[in-house]
Amino acid sequence: MIMLVEKVLQGDSRSIARAISWIENEHADKEKLIDQIYPHCGKAIVWGVTGPPGSGKSSLVDHIISITRQNNKKVAVIAVDPSSPFSGGAILGDRVRMQKHATDDGVFIRSMASRGHLGGVSGATADAIKVLDAAGFDLILIETIGVGQTEIQIMELSDIVLLVLVPGLGDEIQALKAGVMEIGDIFVINKSDRDDADKVKAEVEYALSFKEMDENTILNPVVKTSARLNEGIQELIDSTDEYLRKIMENGTLEIKRRKRLAGEIKHILSKKIEEELHKFIKNDTKMDRWIDSIFDGKRSPYVLVNEKFEAFLKEYRNQ
Amino acid sequence: MDRKIRILIAKPGLDGHDRGAKYIARALKDAGYEVIYTGIRQSPEGIAKSAIQEDVDYVGLSLLSGAHNELFPEIVKLIRKEGGDSIIIFGGGVIPESDIPKLKKQGVEAIFTPGSPIKNVVDFIEKNKNRVLH
Repeated sequence: MIMLVEKVLQGDSRSIARAISWIENEHADKEKLIDQIYPHCGKAIVWGVTGPPGSGKSSLVDHIISITRQNNKKVAVIAVDPSSPFSGGAILGDRVRMQKHATDDGVFIRSMASRGHLGGVSGATADAIKVLDAAGFDLILIETIGVGQTEIQIMELSDIVLLVLVPGLGDEIQALKAGVMEIGDIFVINKSDRDDADKVKAEVEYALSFKEMDENTILNPVVKTSARLNEGIQELIDSTDEYLRKIMENGTLEIKRRKRLAGEIKHILSKKIEEELHKFIKNDTKMDRWIDSIFDGKRSPYVLVNEKFEAFLKEYRNQ
Repeated sequence: MDRKIRILIAKPGLDGHDRGAKYIARALKDAGYEVIYTGIRQSPEGIAKSAIQEDVDYVGLSLLSGAHNELFPEIVKLIRKEGGDSIIIFGGGVIPESDIPKLKKQGVEAIFTPGSPIKNVVDFIEKNKNRVLH
């Protein structure tokens, strides 16, 4: 494993790829791997790219890679697509739009299936970002699955969120709603070559105008792009860099990163507790009889749960 | 440890007939595998590097232009050169029976010609998966 860590730090493609597989597959040495690369993390900037299915996220990412490469920076992409709830399989097709970068050694693209994880990313994404960060990529782009209104976990993983919208998704009431509309730092109106792009931009700006602000508030840029015509991408990158510079200067980025870390630690801890709890439930031979008694209406659910939970806590206090 | 089989489905060469590749991708998804699809007109170098970055267990190549005798072995060579020693490579498309033994000798372990039942592909993957599980 020390070999793998060293090679990841040297930026070796095969080792980076293998390390990400370890994370995805919950390899026995995954935790050790992350602990050893962690001291080398913290240099990369992470952009989340989210938006509804078919809004052009992959095509935008493709253009962002091109411009970033012109500036001689190394780029990594994690592109998440959904796993089938039926077969567990997946078709990961975001790469199709980015294949012209496949032979560029300064670009690393990894497709990831959500594997049942809700929130628009995969459970392995947070640790995969660490691997890519330690491997020396300057910019890490996380492309979420095509999201609806509530898949907002990308906010917890990235320094900055680009929310990609397109004409035809509804009026300004949609833009005022809770959920995904609240997590964008940069609002991208893609497919600007279509009718109504200006209207969408105006509606988003209208919705943003309701946000509470004071003299220190950094306004969210709203940028029109056409990935198909390769228009507006430089403006998008400039606005994003500018926004990033501002949140770095006023300390918001650091607060964000601390919050992200706190969320992540809490998540790891909850996952471990959950695993223990599942083991406890699985070993509980009386469980079936209890369920029967609730089903028959002889007992009520919270009484049972509280008793079981007390028993669980007691067992762990005694250990 | 929850190990998923990952398969790259790639289309080298200049033909744009991707129905077969998409059909296979879809069927393998339904069989429970994670399938990474590259799209059409991929260079051998691009396919090899994608296979490494995606850390796949299998690479399936689809080609209907007739250039399989040149491109398939070249891709095998490049995948090995990039360090993909254990990746299992198979192919499909309009490939004459007489070309198959030579392709197999050059590392393309199975060839599925038009009309092959999808079950044959799944059986091939299942039969060989102990070699790639690590």
